[in-house]
Amino acid sequence: MADTGVLETLLRRIEKVDDGVDSLEVATSLGVDHQVLVGAVKSLQALGDLISAELRSSKHWELLGEGTEIAEQGSHEARVFGSIPPEGLGQSELMKLSFGKIGFSKAMSNKWIRVDKAHEGGPRIFRTVEDIEDQVREKLLLVQRGNSSKLEEKEKNELKKRKLLSEVTVKSYWITKGSSFSTTITKLETELTPEMIANGSWKEKKFKPYNFEAMGVAPDCGHMHPLMKVRTQFRQIFLEMGFTEMPTNNFIESSFWNFDSLFQPQQHPARDQHDTFFLSDPALAHGFPPDYLERVKKVHSEGGYGSQGYKYDWKVEEAQKNILRTHTTAVSARMLYKLAQQERDPGCHPSGRVPPDRGRGGRLRAHAGGPHGHPARVLHQTRDYQAPLQAGLQPVHGAQHGSVQLP
Amino acid sequence: MPTVGVKRDLLFKALGRTYTDEEFDELCFEFGLELDEITSEKEIISREQGGSKASGASDVILYKIDVPANRYDLLCLEGLVRGLQVFKNKLEAPRYRRILNNERRTAAVRPHAVAAVLRNITFTQERYDSFIELQDKLHQNVCRKRSLVAIGTHDLDTVSGPFTYTAKPPGDIRFKPLNQTKEYTAAQLMSLYKTDSHLKHFLHIIEDKPAYPVIYDSNGVVLSMPPIINGDHSKISLNTKNVFVECTATDLTKAKIVLDMMVTMFSEYCSQPFTVEEAEVVYPDGKTCKYPVTYLLPSSCSVEPTEKIAQLLTKMCLRSEVTGVGDEIQVEIPPTRSDVIHACDIMEDAAMAYGFNNIPYTTPGTYTVANQFPLNKLTELLRQDLAAAGFTEALTFALCSKEDISDKLGKKISETRAVHIANPKTAEFQVARTTLLPGLLKTIAANRKMPLPLKLFEISDVVLKDETKDVGARNSRRFCAAYYNKSPGFEVIHGLLDRTMQLLAVKAARGDGYHIQASDDSTFFPGRCAEIFFRGKSVGRLGVLHPDVLGRFELAMPCSALEMDVEPFL
Repeated sequence: MADTGVLETLLRRIEKVDDGVDSLEVATSLGVDHQVLVGAVKSLQALGDLISAELRSSKHWELLGEGTEIAEQGSHEARVFGSIPPEGLGQSELMKLSFGKIGFSKAMSNKWIRVDKAHEGGPRIFRTVEDIEDQVREKLLLVQRGNSSKLEEKEKNELKKRKLLSEVTVKSYWITKGSSFSTTITKLETELTPEMIANGSWKEKKFKPYNFEAMGVAPDCGHMHPLMKVRTQFRQIFLEMGFTEMPTNNFIESSFWNFDSLFQPQQHPARDQHDTFFLSDPALAHGFPPDYLERVKKVHSEGGYGSQGYKYDWKVEEAQKNILRTHTTAVSARMLYKLAQQERDPGCHPSGRVPPDRGRGGRLRAHAGGPHGHPARVLHQTRDYQAPLQAGLQPVHGAQHGSVQLP
Repeated sequence: MPTVGVKRDLLFKALGRTYTDEEFDELCFEFGLELDEITSEKEIISREQGGSKASGASDVILYKIDVPANRYDLLCLEGLVRGLQVFKNKLEAPRYRRILNNERRTAAVRPHAVAAVLRNITFTQERYDSFIELQDKLHQNVCRKRSLVAIGTHDLDTVSGPFTYTAKPPGDIRFKPLNQTKEYTAAQLMSLYKTDSHLKHFLHIIEDKPAYPVIYDSNGVVLSMPPIINGDHSKISLNTKNVFVECTATDLTKAKIVLDMMVTMFSEYCSQPFTVEEAEVVYPDGKTCKYPVTYLLPSSCSVEPTEKIAQLLTKMCLRSEVTGVGDEIQVEIPPTRSDVIHACDIMEDAAMAYGFNNIPYTTPGTYTVANQFPLNKLTELLRQDLAAAGFTEALTFALCSKEDISDKLGKKISETRAVHIANPKTAEFQVARTTLLPGLLKTIAANRKMPLPLKLFEISDVVLKDETKDVGARNSRRFCAAYYNKSPGFEVIHGLLDRTMQLLAVKAARGDGYHIQASDDSTFFPGRCAEIFFRGKSVGRLGVLHPDVLGRFELAMPCSALEMDVEPFL
């Protein structure tokens, strides 16, 4: 808020007149800078309807620095003229004077001087006329005295081009009494305080109005990642359907569980360097269940369980290669095998298995659903399905995934 | 999914009627294909090279159809048409017949060779183009760019059998290759084709071998030098009447498949349609074998009445008959369907013919009780409360560069027990991460413009080498948080740790609970690092990050971080 002294003085001024006051006048009469007064006006406006201020702007012409110089000393060309004695002046000498260069060309165009280039001792300048009328200076003087209206627009613009004049916009306020005018200033309270509540003083105070257009303070909260939120929803859906979650916390898998046990042939392009990440360290896996390994080998190379197989030489070295798991179906394969082993145990419940997790070594994919493959299958632990379970093989025709893959 | 481009009008002519684009799209979908694009040669060229180049190209409308990768019989116009006709019950599934004739001797270096003959075939320009294109397509996918199988087609009338498939040192092989004017030795050919954009990819298959495979006829004329190029002498033209197809391979099964494809597709243009002449191949050990062959498979099914299934299968070119014994159907698998290798493939075709969209929805008959994986359950609970504590979850890559987990953190790579990728796509993905911290720091670095403070967390797996596992590595669930602000905020991170322990119901006490004690760690600022102990074992650490680390990750403000193992708290 501006100095209350100014505010009060201003208010009293307004009180005295019937219509209103001009801020510029008030500023000069009080001897304060106009901007200070503008500040006072603004503060008063913030307090309510004490005053009403109307913005006015007026233009007037002012001399610029160079213009002022000319008004005092005369225009450059006049000074050039003045500095040439009857016998003339050497051009080089003239140029040394501060107003020389500009004045010279102007004086030449006004035909006040002439140059004798052939003069001995260098080019020499002579007067051509006896007297001159320094019109530029006279015009500027007019402006300085405040009589700019005497000049025509064209003349003013010309001087403006020479950067001697400029048009200045002055904003001032026309201040009049407001609806709740008073010479005293009451300060508005901003907030309710515990003391006011305690002593009841809030009843007497006036409060500053709230600005309901502005936004509130944003709460400083944490956030869950959007993809993870989606994953949470997926898990929820499967849990509600009665599926059990599989342990998928192993990104590293052997080719055996990832491909061979899922009946993917060893020369399949998906097992190429292009599409699968192999590991240099640890490079090979070990410890496959031997009987199962034999059965897998047989089905690939010769067929079995009703299939012809692929009829090629199945190599265990290829199966041993470690890779970054390319799909969570590899986990399903392991689980099926485990369940099949447990199958002999009576009292097993039917269970559905779902692994919500990353495939392809956790490289996040941009397409829908990202890296989370959700192979789901319901396994019935009943005698009828013994053979397929024991084999642990899912004849995966053509495609890589033998079961429902949700995006 | 490979794409076959067929001229629409030719297709419709062969099918016997015209379709609108939508109708054809529907038809493809029912059959298991996808109409990918409707375009023309002109459009293709103008898209790839600019409009001006396309001005001379043909305007003929092309259909680009996506076929499943294992259906080699749908790779050419003839196959497509046949498949669709049978599907629409317009045509009976063709039966391929064999006639015995020819003979060949092998001395294998590219171990296997198979062959067959197409008699009295009539070529037109389109059929010829289709023939060559099919060869190409097969080379691309089944033959694994000619490394598994190479196809050679010859004009039988220009050469005389029996043919010999043998191997000779490069200098001894000399012939005029296809479309050339003079003779070359094999060695010269290798260098000649090094600059050929099409053939140079195949040179490496035999380049370094001491002897190159070559096929001669009984007069010593070279038919071809697989897998590179055929001889000019036996090349096929529009006037060719009898075609000799040979496939040399390193995989016999694939060779048979490929041969089957080539001959079955085009046998329809023989004067006796769908007739293929066998070729007898004599192996060096005297064994003989006749090609091509067909298979018969018995199968059983439930759900639908057996006659219906038999009809459906016949629609898919798998001729079936009810045997009359129980639910059995006898299915004859033609040589075009090498993708059928067991009963479930047949069932899949039956389902396709039935229409997947027509299968009614049913609720499962069994009820199961769900179970969460304990570690995931814990993770989910923690995540919720950490977000409630004011931290934002991040999701970072599981792979990173070697420097990220070692040098940038002031540690040595050899001490990290990291799993290394043999064929990383970029240097950013050389190892599987052993710590979550670099991921979070990189996330912060990418979000420097966001208002401070930045509070991030992640609960996820890292990968560590572990000899006790069968694959040699295991995952470890970690929790990591970072606080990035004008002041490091160790107390904030410490507060988060306390809150986490509170959530895990762990007392702040030595012995049965947790405690922290000062430690030295090159990743953290000296004197501002502590190790977290739970029941006497170290489970993680927290502290203010070392300025060198901040610099390496391009962070300008101080940062404090915490990383902890979650699994001990299960």
